[in-house]
Amino acid sequence: MNQLKRTLGLLWILIGIVSIVILITGAIFNIDLHGKADINKPIPWVIIITIFTPIAIGLMVFGWYAWKDEYKIQ
Amino acid sequence: MSSKNNIWKVITASSVGTLIEWYDFYIFGSLSTIISQKFFPDTNPTAALLATLATFAAGFIVRPFGALVFGRLGDLIGRKYTFLLTLVLMGGATFLIGLVPSYATIGGWAPFLVLLLRLLQGLALGGEYGGAATYVAEHAPANRRGYYTSWIQTTATLGLFLSLGVILTIRRVVGVEEFTNGNGWRYPFLLSIVLVIVSIFIRLKMNESPLFAKLKSEGKTSTNPLKESFGNKANFKMVLLALFGATMGQGVIWYTGQFYAQSFILTKCFVEYEQANTIILIALALATPFFVVFGGLSDKIGRRNIMLLGMLLGVLLYRPIFQQLYNVADASKKMIVREVAANDGSGAITTSYTDGSILKTITKPKTEGKNEVTKTMILDPANKWKMVFLIALMVLFVTMVYGPVAAFLVELFPTRIRYTSMSLPYHIGNGVFGGLVPFIATLVTTIPGTNHLSGLWYPIGVASLCFIIGLLYLSNKPDENLQD
Repeated sequence: MNQLKRTLGLLWILIGIVSIVILITGAIFNIDLHGKADINKPIPWVIIITIFTPIAIGLMVFGWYAWKDEYKIQ
Repeated sequence: MSSKNNIWKVITASSVGTLIEWYDFYIFGSLSTIISQKFFPDTNPTAALLATLATFAAGFIVRPFGALVFGRLGDLIGRKYTFLLTLVLMGGATFLIGLVPSYATIGGWAPFLVLLLRLLQGLALGGEYGGAATYVAEHAPANRRGYYTSWIQTTATLGLFLSLGVILTIRRVVGVEEFTNGNGWRYPFLLSIVLVIVSIFIRLKMNESPLFAKLKSEGKTSTNPLKESFGNKANFKMVLLALFGATMGQGVIWYTGQFYAQSFILTKCFVEYEQANTIILIALALATPFFVVFGGLSDKIGRRNIMLLGMLLGVLLYRPIFQQLYNVADASKKMIVREVAANDGSGAITTSYTDGSILKTITKPKTEGKNEVTKTMILDPANKWKMVFLIALMVLFVTMVYGPVAAFLVELFPTRIRYTSMSLPYHIGNGVFGGLVPFIATLVTTIPGTNHLSGLWYPIGVASLCFIIGLLYLSNKPDENLQD
């Protein structure tokens, strides 16, 4: 179990990175000042990226701690 | 620990205040359509509604900041005075929203003032919950902590219940016209001041938490709760675990079961406003007692497994449940009995179906040559009760994840920094991950190629991740010693 927790730490780091990349590319591809759909508006993307980026970094820190056996059961 | 008589006084004083704070917070969301018309004018009603939704989200986003500000204060000066302060702030902001003149009267100041007051509401809510949960837990015996704190957990749902009940009652008393176009919508906000004064009076009579009072008398309170909570690796890693292994999933399950369900039956199933809110009210009333059931059960069989089961059920069953909700109101699957077009020039067509449901469709020409179609479905009793059952089932999942979570969070952190440490993951989980469910889920459904269920992938994804992390990294054994 401890080995699994440790290995999955890398997955949490990866998910954190991928989340940030998806958010930024999603914003780049979908923001369209001439578009009328909600997804084309910049404000929702700015809000979401501003909030979720630090949380994604938090997930990466969590993954790092898991990788370093900080959550190991003695 | 407190005597049995005293613990109920503690629970009442804490729960009533928290209930009122939730009531204050929800009436804004429940009246978002009217507020958008009054304060965020736009020729496009969707844009106006989005402006309100953005304000709504801002209310949730600011909650983690409230958690830091008031959590710190609660660990420095005590639980009692801090959650009294949040109550005053929340009540004052809510009352003032009811007094702000509309855009038509004062122009641009109106949306600005409403946004500012909404942010204050979010800030106050961010400080309230952690204080109430900590206060009750620090009075409760270890073997009943889940049970006693679960009463605090009922307040979030009862606050929604109260807000919908007050709105529907006032709407009936003053009439729909006065409520939506006159000043009727202001009364639920103004009523808040009475509720808050009563609650302040009750809370003033309470004593400080015994564990905090002991710590203070010994001079062992924290001098810098923020640094100790987030600068200390041993504690910070527990904050991260609480967020990613519990509150993140709990937040999305809660907001999907209660709020997205409400928005879904209104905007995707077109259920008539009063009937939709009555369905929600009945479902909440049926499921709410289970907060206490699962809170009490968590004292016996552990907290983690109950919370994770609630998350798993949401992950597996959300799509089939929401599809059933859609099917119940889907006019294309019903047999038409008769169709009557109004001859008053309104463009209204009333369609009756064999199951007793009635659909009213109003078609109005728009300036760009397209027609604007408004649909309102009034369900027959059998389908109405089917919807009640489906939503009550989802609220039941909410009770599983939310009932034990206060005790779980309280037990994770030491007394000297408990208020700060538990408030932040709770409000990121609920305010950010949960609070943005309606916003993000609606955003997802605007992507080309998606359908009415696509928005559910956001809560399902978040809850799945949280389930795996919780299962692997959290312990199911409650920590009985709070006096650390």
